[in-house]
Amino acid sequence: MDPPGLYVHIPFCKTKCPYCDFYSVTDLSALDAWLEALNKEADMYRDVFGIFDSLYLGGGTPSLLDNRQMETLIKMIRRCFAFTNDVEISMEVNPDDVDVEKLKCWHDCGINRISIGVQSFDDDELVFLKRRHSATGAKRSIEHVVSVGFENFGIDLMFGLPSQTEDILISNLEKALTFEPKHLSCYQLTLEKKTPYGRLKAEGRIKPLSENKEKRLFALTSAYLKSKGFIHYEISNFAKAVQYESRHNKKYWQHIQYLGLGPAAHSFNDNKRWWNCKSVDRYCKDISKRIKPIDGFEILSDEQLRLERLLLGFRTKFGVAIRDVKDNQSFEQTLLRLQRRRIVKVVNDKIVPTVKGFLIANRLPQMFF
Amino acid sequence: MKQIRNFSIIAHIDHGKSTLADRLIQHANLVDARQFRDQILDNMDIERERGITIKSQTVNLPYNSKKGEEFELNLIDTPGHVDFSYEVSRALASCEGVLLIVDASQGVEAQTLANLYAAMEHNLVIIPVINKIDLPSADIDRVKDEIEHELGLDAETVLLCSAKEGTGIEDIFEAIVERIPPPKGDIEKTLTALIFDAHYDSFRGTIVSCRVFDGRVKPGDTIRLMAMGTAYKVEEVGYFRLKMESKKELSAGEVGYLIAGIKTVSDTRIGDTVTLDTMPAHKPLAGFKEVKPVVFSSIYPIASDDYLSLSDALEKYKLNDAALVYQKDSSAALGQGFRCGFLGLLHLEIVQERLEREFDQSIIMTSPSVQYRFYLTDGRILTVDNPAYYPDPAVIEKAEEPYIRASIMIPERYVGAVMKICMERRGVNSHLNYPTAGRVEIAFDMPLAEVIFDFYDRLKSITQGYGSFDYEIIDYRESDLVKLDILVNGERVDALSMIVHRERSRERAVKACESLKDEIPRQQFKIAIQGAIGGKIISRSTVAPYRKDVTAKCYGGDITRKRKLLEKQKKGKKRMRIVGSVEIPQSAFMAVLKTDSE
Repeated sequence: MDPPGLYVHIPFCKTKCPYCDFYSVTDLSALDAWLEALNKEADMYRDVFGIFDSLYLGGGTPSLLDNRQMETLIKMIRRCFAFTNDVEISMEVNPDDVDVEKLKCWHDCGINRISIGVQSFDDDELVFLKRRHSATGAKRSIEHVVSVGFENFGIDLMFGLPSQTEDILISNLEKALTFEPKHLSCYQLTLEKKTPYGRLKAEGRIKPLSENKEKRLFALTSAYLKSKGFIHYEISNFAKAVQYESRHNKKYWQHIQYLGLGPAAHSFNDNKRWWNCKSVDRYCKDISKRIKPIDGFEILSDEQLRLERLLLGFRTKFGVAIRDVKDNQSFEQTLLRLQRRRIVKVVNDKIVPTVKGFLIANRLPQMFF
Repeated sequence: MKQIRNFSIIAHIDHGKSTLADRLIQHANLVDARQFRDQILDNMDIERERGITIKSQTVNLPYNSKKGEEFELNLIDTPGHVDFSYEVSRALASCEGVLLIVDASQGVEAQTLANLYAAMEHNLVIIPVINKIDLPSADIDRVKDEIEHELGLDAETVLLCSAKEGTGIEDIFEAIVERIPPPKGDIEKTLTALIFDAHYDSFRGTIVSCRVFDGRVKPGDTIRLMAMGTAYKVEEVGYFRLKMESKKELSAGEVGYLIAGIKTVSDTRIGDTVTLDTMPAHKPLAGFKEVKPVVFSSIYPIASDDYLSLSDALEKYKLNDAALVYQKDSSAALGQGFRCGFLGLLHLEIVQERLEREFDQSIIMTSPSVQYRFYLTDGRILTVDNPAYYPDPAVIEKAEEPYIRASIMIPERYVGAVMKICMERRGVNSHLNYPTAGRVEIAFDMPLAEVIFDFYDRLKSITQGYGSFDYEIIDYRESDLVKLDILVNGERVDALSMIVHRERSRERAVKACESLKDEIPRQQFKIAIQGAIGGKIISRSTVAPYRKDVTAKCYGGDITRKRKLLEKQKKGKKRMRIVGSVEIPQSAFMAVLKTDSE
């Protein structure tokens, strides 16, 4: 069985980005209390999972931890859990937090994969996204990352902003590639309901791009990056080579077990999934009472697991196993039709989406119900 | 003879018939308050939800009058919808009197009239009752006036009650025993009993509800069903007091049930006469007729693998519904299924709901059709209730379709609007009648095909709920009929075809394409919907393609939410059928017949 992955959610941000729907707070005063609670939570799961081959520090903004806090965090995680020798330790980094001292500390801590949340190399877009950094600042940060010796780093970009043209998108991609990243995440701006921008959209004050335009930008991103030698291995993710695909994130997409620590983190084990409360305060309180800060859980039926394999599989180049869909009476007909329209390919025993398939990944599962 | 009174309650829909029945049962102390469920007589879920009685049921109520006499009252419940008018007529034939309920704020409605006429045909004593007098909008004087002038009944005889609050119930009991005559009949004569209802019980077989007119029947007797020509040995007789209570015998004047090893409800006929096999009656009781379906539609399983399961479900359903007829059918688009005949659209909906709810079937029902007649050049007459069998137009000499006499009651201010929709639907021979000031009764001859689908809904909406409607089928009339085909992406979907009047065909084709455009979900490719007669396209609409639905991220926290969405879609998918390469939802098969959008 594939080794499990470990996720740590660092639920703190200096400022909230108006489109983001991950859980975080901007009051940093609880940071040390949270770190102490995290230590105890890790202790609660000491022998539950086996040997991990990935650790992912996400958020929130992991890079806002100071060096002492980061060292403490890594030490306690390593004290509670065992890792393989080739463990992938990833960390999300905000360009504004980067300096050489910090980078050296992270490097010494064993962090060997960095995702830099650049989002855009266009200052107007960065203003719209209310990011803390400028395009110049972002470039400088990436240079530091390279200079400290992080060979495996990636750049996160966003596309599909209301004012975005194909030219701006290509220019963003070109600029990113000048740094020769091993990985690119290109997220389409999604105006989630419960975010400030989601509300502006509901009020009609932000107009999302037309379906056709979004589609063109997505296809363009994929085609451009592929022409530069990248593998489009998940809807929003590109890797320069197979070994640079995110080992950790693939666990989510392939139903490999993972443990999530920290507020709002999700865990998955065989057929169980549970998630922590979305409150730093309650998280700390629960743990001080020696109870796990779990907010909910579900035990998945075989059918639910199958549905998830469909929804996840059609989002990646790994696809969906034919045995998961062939009970459907019109399966062959559906498959032929989708192949003819070049929405999917059949590779060995898998149905694999093409870029056209990625475009309608949400709709593909229901065609095989 | 015992002191017996046999009566029914008749009313326009929603005037409170079932609530009153419940009150009478409660008053008779058959149940304690804790056991008492609202609307005990309406024992099926659908009936409870829709508030209408579909299957009638009978209950025996003991009553001690003010004068101290003991009575047994048989309340024979009747279905409250025009689809079941024959069943109503047989129930009425089993009574000596009726309570005619009129809503204190709605007043006299079309079915009040139709029910009154039916009761008068059977020479029944009519006790008018104004119900819902507790309503703030109650207008007792106006309704009394309507009863006197529109129904021709003496306003002095009107009783007032609120079934909901339980007021006026004692007066109703007294009126029943005082005004309704005891049943006549001769216990010594040979047995004649009228079957007015039957239902199926999985342990006992068919339970027949009947009214004994002459003679007596007891367990051990061999009975003969005269119209069916079959004989059975009686196992048990009795009456209903919420549950069945067996008795030694049923004799002249009494109402009750009999169980005689009759396998299915379809082995009996409502209106048939039960007599003794050894000493049969000379002639059956009057009024028997075979009910014939007037609305036809095909039922297909959503997944073609489920054909056998559907077949099984229909067979079981049929045990309890003699009015449903069905036979095998097949469609190029939908595969194997069944062509079914119904008493009317409500009956159709009931069958659909019960198959889905009680028998757990996922089905597609095609748009309903009436039964057309085609006179062919070679002299043959073809009866067609399925557009798939529309004959080659070249050999049609003439065509006919069934007509109804529609009777509509409305406040005067809606006359213009109602006349308009009736004319649009090819209504002819209109006749206006002003029973009282401000109210109009409109009669029209109309093709049944024009009213089976959404006529009543339309009438309700243009009259803001004040219009009421009743109809009877009168005859077949010559008509210029064509077959309208629907093509989805160039493929003819046979299950969407319909037979329409030539003059209405273009309009129907345009509306069908429009409705389908709203019903068929967007897919990755453009979907063309066309209406065609013969090879000629006469209408068209397009469902725009769906291009993109990606959301950017999917990590640990997103998976549960996304799966739940899928589970919801999966439920909805159960109601889709793929035709060619297009997913067509169940609703589309009905939507093609919608003539007006709201």
